Amino acid sequence: MDSALIPKGVKRCSLGKFTLVIAVAGAVLLWGVYAMLLCWIKGLNQTNMNNYYGFALWIWADLAVIALGGGAFFTGFLKYIVGKDELKHIINYAVLIGFICYSSALLILAIDIGQPLRGWFIFWHANIHSMLTEVAFCLTCYFGVLTIEYVPLVLENRQLNKVPFFHNLAHNMHGIMAVFAATGAFLSFFHQGSLGGVAGVLFGRPFGYREGVFAWPWTFFLFTWSAAAYGPSFTLMCTKILEKASGKQLVKDNVVDLLAKISGWMILTYIIAKIADTIYWALVTAPSKGHTLMDFYSNNPVYGIWILVLEIVIGGIIPAIILVTPRTRRNGYLRMAAIILGVIGVCANRWVMVLQVMAVPVMPFDFWAMYYPSWQEVATTILPVAYGIILIALSYRYLPIFPQEPELNPVD
Amino acid sequence: MKKAVDHTKPKRYGMVIDLDKCTGCGACMVACFAENNIPFKKDESEKLLSITWMRVYKLSNKKKYPDTDICYLPRPCMHCEGHEGHSPCVSVCPATVTDYSTETGIVSQIYTRCFGCRYCMAACPYHARYFNWWDPIWPKGMEKMLSPDVSVRMRGVVEKCSFCYHRYQRAKDKAYVEGRPDIEEEEYQTACTQACPARAITFGDLNNPKHKVYELKQDPHAFRLLERLGTNPKVYYVSSREWVRKSGDNYLRHEEPGHIETKH
Repeated sequence: MDSALIPKGVKRCSLGKFTLVIAVAGAVLLWGVYAMLLCWIKGLNQTNMNNYYGFALWIWADLAVIALGGGAFFTGFLKYIVGKDELKHIINYAVLIGFICYSSALLILAIDIGQPLRGWFIFWHANIHSMLTEVAFCLTCYFGVLTIEYVPLVLENRQLNKVPFFHNLAHNMHGIMAVFAATGAFLSFFHQGSLGGVAGVLFGRPFGYREGVFAWPWTFFLFTWSAAAYGPSFTLMCTKILEKASGKQLVKDNVVDLLAKISGWMILTYIIAKIADTIYWALVTAPSKGHTLMDFYSNNPVYGIWILVLEIVIGGIIPAIILVTPRTRRNGYLRMAAIILGVIGVCANRWVMVLQVMAVPVMPFDFWAMYYPSWQEVATTILPVAYGIILIALSYRYLPIFPQEPELNPVD
Repeated sequence: MKKAVDHTKPKRYGMVIDLDKCTGCGACMVACFAENNIPFKKDESEKLLSITWMRVYKLSNKKKYPDTDICYLPRPCMHCEGHEGHSPCVSVCPATVTDYSTETGIVSQIYTRCFGCRYCMAACPYHARYFNWWDPIWPKGMEKMLSPDVSVRMRGVVEKCSFCYHRYQRAKDKAYVEGRPDIEEEEYQTACTQACPARAITFGDLNNPKHKVYELKQDPHAFRLLERLGTNPKVYYVSSREWVRKSGDNYLRHEEPGHIETKH
């Protein structure tokens, strides 16, 4: 029924099966929208946040999706600026994932603020000293760049592309995409960094605080580096999930291998910097504020030293070793395991830099604050996942996302 | 009518709280509620959702009888000066809602500009900032008793102790009308200071040698909360008890930390 919209040379599942997938994801999406409306209409009392937990699940989700969406800017940087031409076979998907991640981040932020109608004050009354101001400006600008990168893909739909204006527009936009890729890389450097700076500048919170260079704490650079490192891994993970769901190989092994190798080396260099940062923080920064490392990992029911091991060893060192070693990287199972561990590692890092910062007591007579999210928080955090599944499903079905798909899966 | 404006020396309003005098009666908290139109709910049992600009903490030396000892510690906003006015909350606010006044040393909060991102709450190590999780609902008739000098805050914004800034404005207006260049110490006092039956709280200009706080802050037993963080707070505490003074900051083992209670 919708065959006229499906790209030439590829085969898609029946419309009925496709509609069922959309309906299931749509139901989850509606659940999230309901929770979102509750938060907007009734206020943030619908959450389990409190005066000790001003930042909670949403801010973690925000930081996590932005880190994972880092695959878009870094893959674009590698393809258009560094000249890794093989990556043109996966760049569309990286852009789509980035678009989903960043639009989700903006939506989550809109739910998270107490007065959503005043959200524009962050631009109007901007405080240039605030990391959050930098986040808001760069995030919004980069979302604009991602939209510009995604639009030509939409215009390549079989029917839309028949319109001469759309055809020419898409063609010309592709021609100048290097400019947008460079702009995106520049903007991403700042907003990924400033998200790291959000916790790093909190000199009243010794767990999050880091020294640094000029106005930028070390977490500024670590966040940018980790997004560039783990973002491509997430792109590869999503590619594998879509390949499983569609039952087809969508990207050639050499492309996957190249991106996995780059991701691995980035993770390795990042994790070395992260270990150095952790050692300096544990031996110099925290003691200067009267804390030992174990003050941050004891006397509470959740945050033990295990989380540091999860973040650095399991989610950092192990995936880095697997991905930089050619033999293990070329083993599909090990590569996938490394990618998943890496995604868990970067999510754990963002969790720690948001939730644990709030949990650690600072006044000696204060207590560890524990928190669990309300169903409204969980639903609104799952909402972007459902939205992402729908947008990926629609884009995969109707747009030529994977240029190698017709060659890898010839239609009889 | 136009009068000459005298540019007086910048002030640094602050407090000195004598913890040996504080009985933990909570009168300061009640006075603060009434003075500043602080909203409350029917059920205030979940303290992490309560708004208490002034909050009294209970500290213990955690020793067994007969050596057991407790101390009550009133905690308003510390109006941190940080380094050259970069207090923890001021520098992080993305919409310039909160500001450090170099004229008074008071950290302000513009409620109508706050959009509720709560970054300032994350930045404050004293938990002195509170979010309005609900719209304020006053018991019937009580809305007529609200102070007209303090704006009522709406749901979704952050609020905190202002050192009763409206009282400063009122005192300044009065002095202006009377043709005086400056206000006297007793003309500007916070509600908690005046309500304290034990006179544990003293308020004034920390820069002014004529004000009591100027001398009190130099007491050898005076300390500030979490000084090591560099927040540079303007609330001083005084206690003759060593364990109380050491409860004011974090210390490493070899720095001989005091015995403190983690529950309150």
